[in-house]
Amino acid sequence: MSQTPTGATDPRDDVAVDAATARARGPATSSRQSLRLNASMIIGTCFVTLIVGLALVSFIWTPYAPSEIDPVARLQSASLAHPFGTDKFGRDTLTWVMFGARITLLVGVVAVGIALLIGTPIGIIAALFAKQSWGIWIDAVIMRANDILLAFPALLLAIIFAAVFSPGTGPAMIAVGIAAIPGFARVARSGTLQVLGSEYVRAARASNRRVSAIAVVHVLPNIAGMVIVQASVAFAISVLAEAGLSFLGLGTQAPVPSWGRMLQESQQFLSTHPELALWPGMFIALAVLGFNLLGDGLRDRFDPKMEARRG
Amino acid sequence: MLTYAINRAIQFALSLLVASVVVFALMSLLPGNAAQVALGTNATPEAVAALEAQYGLDRPPVIRYFDWVGGMLGGDFGTSYVTGAEITPVIIDSVQVTAILVIAAIVLSILIAVPLGTFAALGQRNWIGVTISAASQVGIAIPNFLAAIILVIVFSLRLGWFPSQGWMAPVEGFGGFVLRLVLPVVSLALVQAAILTRYVRSAVLDVMREDFIRTARAKGLTKTRALFVHGLRNAAIPVITVAGVQLATLLVGAVIIEQIFVLPGIGSELVRAVANRDLVAVQGIVMVLVLLVLIINLIVDILVPVVDPRIRNAA
Amino acid sequence: MAENLLEVRDLTITPSGADAAVLHDVSLNLEPGERVGLIGESGSGKSLTAQSVMGLLPEELHAEGRVHLQGHHGNLLEANEKTLASLRSDIVSMVFQEPMSALNPLMRIGDQIAEVLRIHGKIPRAQIPARVKELLEDVRMPDPDSARFAYPHQMSGGQRQRVMLAIALANSPKLLICDEPTTALDVTVQRHMLDLIAERVSAVEAGLLFITHDLAVVAGVCDRVIVMYRGRIVETGTVTEIFTDPQHEYTRGLLASSDLEATDGNGRLFTLKTALAYTGPQTSAGEDTPDPVGTETVEADDPAGGNIAVDDVGEAASARDSAPLIEVADVTRVFKGRGLFGRRRSDVTALDGIDFSVAAGERLGIVGESGSGKSTLLGILSGLDRPTTGHVRVGDIRVEAASSRSLRALRENLQIVFQDPFASLDPRMRVADIVAEPLIAAGVEKDERIARVEEMLEAVDLDARSLRRYPHQFSGGQRQRISIARALVTRPQILVADEPVSALDVSVRAQVLNLLTDLVEDYALTLLFVSHDLGVVQHLCSQIIVMKDGRIVESGATEDIYANPRQEYTRRLIAATPSLTDALGASG
Repeated sequence: MSQTPTGATDPRDDVAVDAATARARGPATSSRQSLRLNASMIIGTCFVTLIVGLALVSFIWTPYAPSEIDPVARLQSASLAHPFGTDKFGRDTLTWVMFGARITLLVGVVAVGIALLIGTPIGIIAALFAKQSWGIWIDAVIMRANDILLAFPALLLAIIFAAVFSPGTGPAMIAVGIAAIPGFARVARSGTLQVLGSEYVRAARASNRRVSAIAVVHVLPNIAGMVIVQASVAFAISVLAEAGLSFLGLGTQAPVPSWGRMLQESQQFLSTHPELALWPGMFIALAVLGFNLLGDGLRDRFDPKMEARRG
Repeated sequence: MLTYAINRAIQFALSLLVASVVVFALMSLLPGNAAQVALGTNATPEAVAALEAQYGLDRPPVIRYFDWVGGMLGGDFGTSYVTGAEITPVIIDSVQVTAILVIAAIVLSILIAVPLGTFAALGQRNWIGVTISAASQVGIAIPNFLAAIILVIVFSLRLGWFPSQGWMAPVEGFGGFVLRLVLPVVSLALVQAAILTRYVRSAVLDVMREDFIRTARAKGLTKTRALFVHGLRNAAIPVITVAGVQLATLLVGAVIIEQIFVLPGIGSELVRAVANRDLVAVQGIVMVLVLLVLIINLIVDILVPVVDPRIRNAA
Repeated sequence: MAENLLEVRDLTITPSGADAAVLHDVSLNLEPGERVGLIGESGSGKSLTAQSVMGLLPEELHAEGRVHLQGHHGNLLEANEKTLASLRSDIVSMVFQEPMSALNPLMRIGDQIAEVLRIHGKIPRAQIPARVKELLEDVRMPDPDSARFAYPHQMSGGQRQRVMLAIALANSPKLLICDEPTTALDVTVQRHMLDLIAERVSAVEAGLLFITHDLAVVAGVCDRVIVMYRGRIVETGTVTEIFTDPQHEYTRGLLASSDLEATDGNGRLFTLKTALAYTGPQTSAGEDTPDPVGTETVEADDPAGGNIAVDDVGEAASARDSAPLIEVADVTRVFKGRGLFGRRRSDVTALDGIDFSVAAGERLGIVGESGSGKSTLLGILSGLDRPTTGHVRVGDIRVEAASSRSLRALRENLQIVFQDPFASLDPRMRVADIVAEPLIAAGVEKDERIARVEEMLEAVDLDARSLRRYPHQFSGGQRQRISIARALVTRPQILVADEPVSALDVSVRAQVLNLLTDLVEDYALTLLFVSHDLGVVQHLCSQIIVMKDGRIVESGATEDIYANPRQEYTRRLIAATPSLTDALGASG
């Protein structure tokens, strides 16, 4: 049996000198690495909390009303009165950034919610059918449909929706959500297949557990980690898609503040007031970075166990 | 191998067929009809009826669908109800611009990502690796339109090295063509490179943990040589798949970049068509984009067994 | 005495960031041409020692001490990667445990062998193809001409390991390190591989450092043995010394628990705890006659051997003298090649004309190597799969035509212990819930459930604190106990054990086998024990079925089959099974 150095340093391993244990702890879980991975989760959580905090505070308080126009204070740089400056109408940028956080999160929550609630069951069901000799074609059809949906990236689907319905936040988030379904379905399907192929599911079947019970007791808890990771990645993608759509003028419509539109409006003042692009740009990047880091951190928390199961 | 390729080709055709049905259904069966949409809400019913008759919109949807698909197969995407112009030439012209942009961007991003990702994996524990990883993580978070704006501010407005927008066909002047292409390509490529770097890094890390790398070292290769001789080709398999997906995303992501740099690409045409409520044009352009995405997937699927004998033999 | 081929002094290995070393002050020598076995269970540090010599230690491990190799001046631990690389394969080579992943999947076999010749440039390039063919012939590769153009996935595990050996010895190194080279192979393949290693090592006059957990394997190959335990060397000696007069408590324990032919006063295998009573491998009659057939006859007749318990049960079974509990008649199972969008495959016949019966209280061993159809057979018996043709009766249930209701009844009566103690327990469930699962499925009330789970855990020697823990907090042996508890909690009549000890260390294996024996007696179970290991089956079972390629090759009472195997395959299997007695006989 190959030795794993980390095993012996683990206090629990005083008793566990068996082959399987040694195999289960791969070198990937050395203490140093897990420390760094935690860092990515902490930073991610901080950024996400910041965005969520901005959005929540905006319901109670913002420095100005979003539509409050001050013709005197147009295109100002940062000052005490306007920490992030003002735009071409003299509207306060900080206020707009705070309101923009709302839309960003709303789109993310709805889109990820749609994708998660539809995609995950589809994936689980496909995997359940794939395990039956008579149901294999149902799985094949579901997964082919999934592949076809993959040919419509979020932005493209959102543009189609904007063309068919009218441009707006609603169609945008539904389109982004639909486009994210295949991701969840794939993750749920491969996770479920892995769980269904495991010996503990064979053991459960051998002790008369029904398929529905196995799905709830064994499959769901074991794929939850992967689905959560996928959710956080999909959230980052939906933030990008919403910003992109609004930037094109096909997403959130005036006068509702959104980061993408702020960026788009900043374009005419790039040579004189680049900071107008800076703020919304920075917050889009922070939100995406936050959710990506969170996903990375979560993946590393959940993955070692998936690794162990395979061992 | 041949049966595998044929199988994939059939799958490709089926996918395309289903996609066309979906696009058509979305465009024609959902609220309001094309003529109404094209003329606006205050058009008289007579005007709507006239337009419908003119373009055959009063025929049953199934007939119109086959008409549309038949036309496309013959290279005819129809006529815009809004401008009355042929759509096909517009698509042909604009697709070339987008293709140049996207291919240049993916090539550039692979050129950046493969060495960076490999270095990041090799230097996993030192500052080079950590820096590359952190930078790529930040890079992923920057949407390409933000990258474009930053590049314009720095290299166009401040330094004046490149024009901030516009297009010049290669025949009009190759220098001008390249000069105008630099910023759009770089803004697309940087973000893609960041994403690809992470995939290359993790693929290389995975491969370096493989037993056959240890075998190669036991044969007398240094760790680095073992990676280059045995590792990279193995690492290429997952990276090819990801690069294919990225290329598809890039194609759609180019829509925004074309807007910012005012390039006459297919994305610009799409946005214009949506803004003009020109559903026939939207329908055609979307099908072209979907077709391109599916072609990319097909190429990837055929490329992987070429590299991997295990899949080749199973096929 | 000539200069040592390999000298390791005070080798201590510490993971970076950790305080405790995983390897403590290991010192060992190898003379030129000497063959040394490095023995230890998982976590003993035997592979780390080898990796230090090769310079292949993972980066996160920090090694101190001195490693000297003939042909290189200076401490190998301080040499840079380039120097080390030039030594590897030239002076010291290695064969690894896992043949399936040790070769580059994208490269042809011939190219992978040619590469090692090219790197060291000892022979002119033009001669390389001829040399590759010669090397493949040396390791007895069937059809070496076409083997050169094969990819690794087209070869069996044994063939790949031959290729690995060809690569390792291509440049005629002075030292060959083998790290569990046969552990992943089937028994009959293992025997060939061991012979081949011994033969090739003598042919190139290399020294051998053979790492294994299996005492029986090492005895046949090595002159001298080093025993490691928890990162330290606990004992060194010749094979005979170690086997007949072990000095260290651990060596004695390991030896005692490896010996499946010796039992203590209660008819149980020796464990680390009871090892003091162990008197060494039973070679009384065969000591001076290293004839394996002779020793086997002795074992079968040995009244102190492991057959006491078996005899008891044999009587019990005949006393009942009723219709068999399990009847399998002419069962075949064919897996259809499928194709919808996917690829077409040809049909696979996993089982072909299987016929046997098991009386209540009998202990049946099902023996076979990988691909023999054992697992398919188990699936059918437990109602998880149905036969393509034939009849299966378990109790009064006809499995092939059973309604889902009677299948449920069948499964309540027949429980399985699986092979992999890690994979067979849901990592996200507490032990209490894992063991209770069959009871929940059977609709047992909560209070009774809790009581029965606690009772069962006690029966498998786990304390009550275990209930609230998760599987990863247990060692492999403990997990296998949990698995057994789950299987027996519904009080089945029949227990099916699917390779339950093959993933366990030797010292743990003895404990789990003893537990199984106890429980089979206490609960009057009918046992179906599936294994590739004849030694284990011989100890535990009264009846044996030998399977190969989906057919039953031979069946009968354990003693009969061991004493006089009628089929060539059974003979090969018995001869190939490493046994301490044979090994000692051969080396002594």
